[in-house]
Amino acid sequence: MASVVTAALGLLDSGQIRAAVRMTADGRGRFVLSLPGIRCGGCVASIEQALNDRDDVAAARVNLTLRQVSVTLVAADSDPVPIIDALGRLGYTAAPADTADAADAPDDRIGRGLLRAIAVAGFGAANIMLLSVGVWAGAEGQTRETFHIISALIAVPVVAYAGQPFFGSAINALRAGRMNMDVPIAVAVVLALTLSLFETLQGGAHVFFDAAVTLLFFLLAGRYLDHLMRMRARSAVAGLARLSPRGAMVQQADGTSAYVGLECVTPGTVLSIATAERVPVDVRIVEGHTDIDRSLVTGESLPVPAGPGDTLEAGTLNLTGLIAAEALRSADDSFLAQMMRMQQGAEAGRSHYVRIADRAARLYAPVVHVLALATFVAWIVATRGDWQTSAFVAISVLIITCPCALGLAVPVAHVVAAGRLMRLGILMKDGSALERLAEIDRVVFDKTGTLTTQSPRVMGGGGTVSDRAAARALALQSTHPAARAIAAHLTEMAAAVQDVTELPGFGIEGTVDGRRIRLGRADWVGEIAAVAPGTPGPIFAIAGGDVILFDLAETLRPASHTAVADLQAAGLGVSMLSGDAADRAWRVAGDLGIHDVRPGATPADKIAVLDDMRREGHRCLMVGDGLNDAAALATAHVSMAPSSASDAGRTAADFVFLRDGLDSVPAALHVARATASIVRQNFALAVGYNCIAIPLAMAGLVTPLIAALAMSGSSILVIGNALRLNRSGAARPVAWRQASMEQVPV
Amino acid sequence: MTILAILIPVTLCMGVIGLAAFFWSLRSGQYEDLAGDAERILFDANDTPLKSVKRGRVDTPKETTP
Repeated sequence: MASVVTAALGLLDSGQIRAAVRMTADGRGRFVLSLPGIRCGGCVASIEQALNDRDDVAAARVNLTLRQVSVTLVAADSDPVPIIDALGRLGYTAAPADTADAADAPDDRIGRGLLRAIAVAGFGAANIMLLSVGVWAGAEGQTRETFHIISALIAVPVVAYAGQPFFGSAINALRAGRMNMDVPIAVAVVLALTLSLFETLQGGAHVFFDAAVTLLFFLLAGRYLDHLMRMRARSAVAGLARLSPRGAMVQQADGTSAYVGLECVTPGTVLSIATAERVPVDVRIVEGHTDIDRSLVTGESLPVPAGPGDTLEAGTLNLTGLIAAEALRSADDSFLAQMMRMQQGAEAGRSHYVRIADRAARLYAPVVHVLALATFVAWIVATRGDWQTSAFVAISVLIITCPCALGLAVPVAHVVAAGRLMRLGILMKDGSALERLAEIDRVVFDKTGTLTTQSPRVMGGGGTVSDRAAARALALQSTHPAARAIAAHLTEMAAAVQDVTELPGFGIEGTVDGRRIRLGRADWVGEIAAVAPGTPGPIFAIAGGDVILFDLAETLRPASHTAVADLQAAGLGVSMLSGDAADRAWRVAGDLGIHDVRPGATPADKIAVLDDMRREGHRCLMVGDGLNDAAALATAHVSMAPSSASDAGRTAADFVFLRDGLDSVPAALHVARATASIVRQNFALAVGYNCIAIPLAMAGLVTPLIAALAMSGSSILVIGNALRLNRSGAARPVAWRQASMEQVPV
Repeated sequence: MTILAILIPVTLCMGVIGLAAFFWSLRSGQYEDLAGDAERILFDANDTPLKSVKRGRVDTPKETTP
């Protein structure tokens, strides 16, 4: 089965894989493969050994955390495909990791800067706390002042270094006339530091060095986790652009042909398109028969036959025969160019979602500043102008309300959830995707490659052993996916065939023991034997003799029945949005119990349907895989793609599930909903803490000891609550293991 | 209390050494694959220190299994 999968995808994939290879500084090629099958140290050892023993590999290193292997090729132009095949023989399916992620990981300067700031803040917090404990325990006079001075000496450089992420962002926000969460943080830290320095010089009893630095430590931890969950800029447009050839072979008036750039192709030009080439512009076939992979348009990987008079869209793949075709439109107006424009439009519309933490911050910052100001004014009035005490109380309000717990509430929950999803074989691109997934009320599935697996499976057959041997011999001669599937299905030794010729778009023929044999379309095979016209699926026949009918079945993804049933049980509407013909779409839908089916949808139709659903107030989860789904994935409220999806599909999706089973979809939904409820609880905890702490601070009852305890306590409470995500539902049964491969006839 | 004059600098020095060690380990990419590193200590192959470290990603020298 696995070999059929690679065979069917072979033509498409090798181009993508080669494109994933990047040149390193020392002239070697490097690429990163995603290997969802890695589970333990044994896998790491066997993969590294197998790859490092190869001559074309300079070095290979597995990253077990990310389930990736980074391979350095000896030469930049060596072919990476055999390496993927070698991994396949070891039993690991490999796919190029998302190039955006791979490029990001080593160059994460911001993340490293934050980690360094955390370390410095942690160092400062620990040492200042140590001294503060002495003060709280009752150090008096000279000792207390010495401790305060040492604390100040540590705190000032630590705040100056570790506070930079907040100061920079706050200054930027103020310059732009905006308010963000960093403004109250920066103000609180700076004021706390200034007040404490002032108190130290005066020999005062209360300083907030410990609070200022601990605050930074917790906030930086939250900021770092948040950074891990931030959406990386990603765009699937590049994945589509890669499908566009740079030029085309143009047949000139004098009968010769010349290679010209794509911009020189005008309507009316006659192009010749060889096998395994992508159609450069929208064309109509003038001469020749072939099979076309139209998966860009329909998502179907099974080729369709095409002959003179048929129009082909730019970006589709010519599989079997050389054709001459007349250009209908220029490259800028071609189907592929339109798809790229749709993709850009969909991605531009995606950034409107405002994350829950940002919504909270918009509310929070003004409230805190008004409260602190009100406290200051009230104390000035109450103490008749004692501005020093008033400032002390107002600043303690700022410190105690500083959003430690609030800053940790969302990122900690998201990081824990991401870890749990990772163990379920689901990769998350962005923390906000988890928030959006929890809100959905509708799931829209693509059919081919999502509800079903990419490759067809052969059923039926029959016939005598010698017939089957002859059929297999013919099938082995062709690269057509259906022929490959038939060859894999039949177990007989291939018979000896002579004079094999393949007629693109029709089938393959040869002779065995002097008799003509054919394998292919019903009407064509019917020319030599008695075949009922219009029979679907490929047919094998011996001239004037036996006939074998093959039935190509679509294989449902494991656990697709349970996944659809789970989603419907959870109260979600389930729809199917397929580029395939109506009868095939309905058959799969009927089997799965999906009632809302929209077959024959072009990429533009898919976007239109999703937009309509949005206008009706639905929030959709789109699950799709194909090149034709990429724009729809970016349009939907939130999206998922299997790891077998096209490069563009994986890039456009918010989640990528690595396992075969479709039950990853309800599993991800389950985690997202659990996370949303934990986030709400965390916000409630943070607000509850503030409700207790703010009145105390405004009343002037907060000492540095109380501030330190309250802040640490609330932060730890929030972290502890988020960690519960790891336990809830951990005992869910893994349904995909029990599910067998299910089939629907085509 | 004069003992504090020695102990506090000693504490700070130890803290700074720890901080420097963390900076070094961060720079040399030791937090790239924590789950993998936990497994790698069990490998039988002749293990040698990593040869070159570039921008966080690590090249391994070829390992030979006895």
